[in-house]
Amino acid sequence: MTEFLQHLVNGLSLGTIYALIALGYTMVYGVLKLINFAHGDVYMVGAFAGYYLGSVTGTDRAPGMVGAALVTLGAMAICGALGYLIERFAYRPLRNRARLTALITAIGVSFLLEYGFQLSPMIRSPVEFPPGPSPRFFPALLELGEPLTFLGVTVPRIDLLGLAVALVLMTGLQLIVYRTRFGMAMRAASFDPQVAGLMGIPVNRIISWTFVLGSALAAAAGIINASSRPKIEPLFGLMSGLKAFVAAVLGGIGSVPGAMVGGLVLGLTEEYVAGYTSSQYRDAIAFTVLILVLLVRPEGLFGRATVEKV
Amino acid sequence: MARARAVLRSVLPFLVGLPILLAVQALSPPDYTLILVNVGVNVILAVSLNVVNGFTGQFSLGHAGFMAVGAYTAAKITLAFSGVQLAFLPEAVSDQLVFALALGASMLTAAAAGFLVGMPSLRLRGDYLAIVTLGFGEIIRSLIENMKFLGQATGLSGLPPYTNIAWVGVSAIATVVMARRLAVSTQGRALFAIREDEVAAEAMGVDTTGYKVRAFVISSAYAGLAGGLIAHAILLTTPRMFTFVRSIEVVVMVVLGGLGSITGSVVAAVVLTVALEGLREFQQYRMVAYAAGLIVLMLLRPQGIFGTRELWDLAPFRRLPRPRPFGGRASTGPEGASPTAVRDDSTHGGRP
Amino acid sequence: MIPLHVKSVTMRFGGLKALSSFSLSLAPGELVGLIGPNGAGKTTAFNAITGVYRPSEGEVVVAGEVVNGQRPHQICARGIARTFQNIRLFRELSALDNVRIACHAGARTGFFDALLLTGRHREEEARILERAERYLEVMGLSHRRGEIARNLPYGEQRRLEIARALATGPKVLCLDEPAAGMNAAEKLELMALIRDLRDRFGLAILVIEHDMRLVMGVSERVLVLDHGVTIAEGKPEAIRKDPKVIEAYLGDAYLEEKHIERPAGPGAHP
Repeated sequence: MTEFLQHLVNGLSLGTIYALIALGYTMVYGVLKLINFAHGDVYMVGAFAGYYLGSVTGTDRAPGMVGAALVTLGAMAICGALGYLIERFAYRPLRNRARLTALITAIGVSFLLEYGFQLSPMIRSPVEFPPGPSPRFFPALLELGEPLTFLGVTVPRIDLLGLAVALVLMTGLQLIVYRTRFGMAMRAASFDPQVAGLMGIPVNRIISWTFVLGSALAAAAGIINASSRPKIEPLFGLMSGLKAFVAAVLGGIGSVPGAMVGGLVLGLTEEYVAGYTSSQYRDAIAFTVLILVLLVRPEGLFGRATVEKV
Repeated sequence: MARARAVLRSVLPFLVGLPILLAVQALSPPDYTLILVNVGVNVILAVSLNVVNGFTGQFSLGHAGFMAVGAYTAAKITLAFSGVQLAFLPEAVSDQLVFALALGASMLTAAAAGFLVGMPSLRLRGDYLAIVTLGFGEIIRSLIENMKFLGQATGLSGLPPYTNIAWVGVSAIATVVMARRLAVSTQGRALFAIREDEVAAEAMGVDTTGYKVRAFVISSAYAGLAGGLIAHAILLTTPRMFTFVRSIEVVVMVVLGGLGSITGSVVAAVVLTVALEGLREFQQYRMVAYAAGLIVLMLLRPQGIFGTRELWDLAPFRRLPRPRPFGGRASTGPEGASPTAVRDDSTHGGRP
Repeated sequence: MIPLHVKSVTMRFGGLKALSSFSLSLAPGELVGLIGPNGAGKTTAFNAITGVYRPSEGEVVVAGEVVNGQRPHQICARGIARTFQNIRLFRELSALDNVRIACHAGARTGFFDALLLTGRHREEEARILERAERYLEVMGLSHRRGEIARNLPYGEQRRLEIARALATGPKVLCLDEPAAGMNAAEKLELMALIRDLRDRFGLAILVIEHDMRLVMGVSERVLVLDHGVTIAEGKPEAIRKDPKVIEAYLGDAYLEEKHIERPAGPGAHP
């Protein structure tokens, strides 16, 4: 029972991360029908941005609430800008080309970030950048004290905080998408970009903001994850990104609540299956889930089936 | 007599190719052998992937997985036969036979894996298919990592050094011949139809699912062959050799050469392999350059260097003699066929 | 044997009933027009017949066999061929290849024959080439055989689509607005060609058409759809006079153009 509950806690912690990243995939896919392959790497950049900001602001030496908040917001801003640049210079010129062209470009951007970050440092001060291939350790931005325990289950306080932050962000996103004019424009653009454009919606700006929002959420996910599992290296975004994509498909790609539920379900599934069988199968689990979803219910849990027009 | 000529035509590329390959093998310095083997293996991978991604228009990102299946199959067989000499045969011949058997088996198992993966996933389209094939590739790798008899993460080592330039060359020729003959056949045109418009292809009687699976199976078989070859060149096979980054490398070759262009795939495979080899000293920058190059290529020339055309369709080569597609431009049909001739066509049954 | 028999087929998409109890029987050599305003369910009927959609209710019977749930290529093999409202050629392939692909369904060779260049394969290729060229000629496209489909003028693309459909060796040919986008003279020419095809090949032909005059002139029988419901069926002259059709489909503009008296109020309908 204790083991079962412990897996529940771990699975939720993992699922929150997947959910936050999945939101970026689902929003971008909703609007552009593009799998933004580089999104997982934006998540990685988010963690490194937090790492660097922590050391520049001194939060790593003197942890505190204000510092942590500043670092998180700063990393979100940096990644938002990165997302904007990626969309503007790599994807937008290809908007009207074949979708696979954009997919390959996305893979290119992903590789560029991964291998770019693996280069040995070219800047030494104030921080060493790029970080190079060996892992670095993310500082504790907050002093939270001992993990909580009850019924023999260990719950790190950072995980609780992470869950809370994630919930706040997701609620905020839900409000933006369904309660604001921007959200309405976004949904209109995702329904039919051309018609939305004709209706006077600035589609390019909406798409840019979609990338900014998604990337900022990925940065937050990167920091929450790194606070709980502090080893970070340039390749760790790759697999998480792919898994988050699976979460987005599981929830129904294009659906905001779907991405959250999909993320949590995937996190729990992975934790339980890996926990009760072999942790070596961890990476295969997500893909098995993906294949099952696509075969049984390709529109996902919250998606709507589409009929192809002939 | 006609039969003999047909057989001759069928094997002609090999009759021409083998002596050349043997000459190259004899003359090339040993230092270059591994590079040449790499070039050949990448040609096999790129051309075979082109059958799925270029001809059929289905985007697969799982080629490395089938390579892995082939590599492990061949490795298990040659390891099992190591030290065993087939009766009545000199050792060298016996070894070559074992290797041929191993490569054949690697094609079969990879084809079987391709069938198992293709059946469910080829119902999906575009980027979903890309992700699912990527996922299957990773699942294959993950399964291998968990299998004791396949050496788990450390893999299988101490393989006999059977791969040489002749084997790789013949295999590469076989792959190119396969792709070329497919491209000018009615089966190949059915694949093109799927690429152009799946709904229309289906309406015109093409069993789109069946043909996609067949293309996938053939493509996988050749990926398995490449796996068997590379394993016996570096004398080792580990799961890390077959990550999806390897698949993407092959995709890049196909895209760079032009989706659908066989010669494009060959040229891109040769150029990229040699270029990456040349950049080996700049190890850490070469992948960055690779990624940047990929983005720039997509932005400037997304159809690849050749598009869907072949080398001999390009201006400087126009004047050279070119292979003519069977029954291509040359008119052999009765131009003045009377309406009754059409009317008598046996496929128009069921009339009053 | 009746080549195509549709028995009260209904198509539902979610809550929407795109087609309700659609019935149709085609005799060999018959030429039937299917008309109705935009969104009436004409193309949906085609899609249900050719297997693109699976009918929610009812049966599609081809040559005596129920084909519900079969894939389009299987239905095509049973002798139903179609064209598309928005031309769907294999755009990057030559006109000849477009037609050759349609000849492929009957091919008796497989991948291995192609890879090994067997004698059978060569015979098959020669047979396909010959057939394809004949159909190009029937549609007057022989001179365009090497042209890439997307580079053909619009009218020729429409004709190539018909050539391609014929090459599958159908017993029933379904043409989805074959004259769309053509001028009056081209339309007349096309309709003459359609009649000619029917006579030559003994095909049953089902034509969706917007142009009333055209469909009335060419068809022996006309079906009228409105909101998925068959509101009338019969000879063109009868359809032309049917007040229900005139009111529901042809509308005021037609009435004025033809100086037909507006039918009396709803009470006039039986």
